[in-house]
Amino acid sequence: MAPTPGNRVPQGLANDRLGLLYALLQQFGLQRWSQYVRQHWSGQRLVIAIPWVWLFLFFVVPFLIVFKISFSEIRLAMPPYAPLFEWLEEGKRLVTTLNLGNYAFILSDNLYISTFAYSLKVAAVSTLLCLLIGYPMAYAIARSTPTARSLFLMLIILPFWTSFLLRVYAWVGLLKTDGVINNTLLAVGLIDAPLTLLYTDLAVYIGIVYSYLPFMILPLYANLEKHDLTLLEAAADLGARPFKAFLRITLPLSVPGIVAGCLLVFIPAVGEFVIPSLLGRADQLMIGRILSDEFFANRDWPVASAVAIVMLLALLLPIMLFQRYQRLELEAAKR
Amino acid sequence: MAEKLIDRSNEYIRIEGVTKRFGDFVAVDNVSLNVYKGEIFCLLGGSGCGKTTLLRMLAGFEAPTSGRILIDGQDMADIPPYERPVNMMFQSYALFPHMTVAANVAFGLEQEGLARSEIDRRVGEMLDIVKLGDFGRRKPHQLSGGQRQRVALARALVKRPKLLLLDEPLGALDRKLREHTQFELINLQEQLGVTFVVVTHDQEEAMTLASRIGVMNKGQIVQVGTPTEIYEFPSSRFVADFIGSVNMFDGQLVEDEPGHVRIRCPELESMVYVSHGISAAPDAKVSVAIRPEKIEMTRTAPESSENRARGVVKEIAYMGDMSVYLVRLESGRMVRVTIPNIERHDERIVWEETVHLNWHPSSPVVLSQ
Repeated sequence: MAPTPGNRVPQGLANDRLGLLYALLQQFGLQRWSQYVRQHWSGQRLVIAIPWVWLFLFFVVPFLIVFKISFSEIRLAMPPYAPLFEWLEEGKRLVTTLNLGNYAFILSDNLYISTFAYSLKVAAVSTLLCLLIGYPMAYAIARSTPTARSLFLMLIILPFWTSFLLRVYAWVGLLKTDGVINNTLLAVGLIDAPLTLLYTDLAVYIGIVYSYLPFMILPLYANLEKHDLTLLEAAADLGARPFKAFLRITLPLSVPGIVAGCLLVFIPAVGEFVIPSLLGRADQLMIGRILSDEFFANRDWPVASAVAIVMLLALLLPIMLFQRYQRLELEAAKR
Repeated sequence: MAEKLIDRSNEYIRIEGVTKRFGDFVAVDNVSLNVYKGEIFCLLGGSGCGKTTLLRMLAGFEAPTSGRILIDGQDMADIPPYERPVNMMFQSYALFPHMTVAANVAFGLEQEGLARSEIDRRVGEMLDIVKLGDFGRRKPHQLSGGQRQRVALARALVKRPKLLLLDEPLGALDRKLREHTQFELINLQEQLGVTFVVVTHDQEEAMTLASRIGVMNKGQIVQVGTPTEIYEFPSSRFVADFIGSVNMFDGQLVEDEPGHVRIRCPELESMVYVSHGISAAPDAKVSVAIRPEKIEMTRTAPESSENRARGVVKEIAYMGDMSVYLVRLESGRMVRVTIPNIERHDERIVWEETVHLNWHPSSPVVLSQ
């Protein structure tokens, strides 16, 4: 089709309109805006801002709310606690009611103290067991061939594909009086009467160790895998037998991995709720259970908040340790 | 450098027909070798020639697939590394990063179960010897490369081994430090009377350090000899080529007498006359190797009718102490000639000048092909 003046004019118009639109976009649009961001915000600051905003919105703000509630008095109302600040006499007088009674109550009631102690004990023992089981596993994985290594790591991570709740519940079936373990032992003839396995401390340990073992193995593996094996050759060359070389070289160099693994197990284990509820004793609760009971059964939000704050303070020390070691390892890696 | 006297009655290491295979790959191929007490023996070769594997077999980190290794008359077959009277300095130094310098050096003595006071005394002595007396409390990462190298050396020597294995001991050091450390190593070795086996790919390092060199290629030892023997009398084209640079001409034996030989090389205009006899079949195809520094380059034609060539200077590389000339012969063949720059302002030969080359009848090395 031959071009005629008639159809050339609208094209020119269209081009002009597009050009105008483009110029407007240039002036006020995305490009201009992104240019502004690029010039005035450094990329590093932007990247760091994302976790900061996240932590502020979902950790600092809720923490402050909980902290505030822990100083309130319980009220049969909605929400079920007294406000800290109240304007009385039509906004002429500000009344502050700071109530330390919740903390005094927690510290004076033996139930809370013993629950805290029990939770810390369970978490500590479980962490130790995880370390004793996880270290040899991590070591073996780190020293195996690259193909075997990825297979083993896959197997370690595989249980996460199933729901945590489901995996813990499966242990009920294994441990109960007519469960798989008891039935097998009875059938083999090792025992005459079924063992009490479920609803014991042992069951809680099994549950926690089973659930948290990957969190011990993975950081340990990440550390052990980086080790320079010529150091062990050097130790052997200098007269150290393999076990001695392990104690003097491998073990000290893996301390950052041990610390990371222990904290990743210990911190969530202290507040563990599901495992002791499903597998544990009825007469000895863990702190996570107390927390949920106070909140949902008693509807005593202030006391529950105080329990949460005390627990947080008790865990702050290990968290700070963890961060210190992370920093040390980061510095070591930079060298 | 001057050759050291080697006491050949005092054999310390005997390697008998040692082969090491990794799957299908033969890393060390039927190597037999003796190392004598108190010498510095260098294993020299390119990467992948098996020199490090041989060293690791001496240390006990690898077991020979076949053959025997005897150290001080004792078969090493069933002796693990931690029981061998051998210490090794690793290429990466392998210093323990979590220990101080003093703790690194003390590690080996602690394994012997010595008293703390004895350990401290010997560590202090050793650190003084390697001039690190004030660095005992530092961690390895706080040291320079040269200092780390000396810590590694101190750690290996403090156990007073009879045999020290060194894997590329100077590889990580810069040139100036290397030269300095080479002589320090030799002094230390003489002072302590330790036998050194050094692995290196650097021929200069081997030449300076070694009392004897074993040149390796493809898992085999191709020549063993003093640095002079290796350089002046290479036994094969590989060795001649690998050590230093060389001009290699293919030719044919035309006159074979007990006192001299004549060789015709198509690339050279004159006969090559060599003033010593060789053992080769008459009319054999041979190679003639002439080192660049043994060729004289003149503007006027030499008097002799043999051992000469004529060409045009095509490239000049000024190296400071000497200059390297590339001369194109009439046959088109490039010849490398090095001339020491003795005077500062002489009338040096320049590009595109026609020059005459000649060499002494004792200079060429005749190699069978």
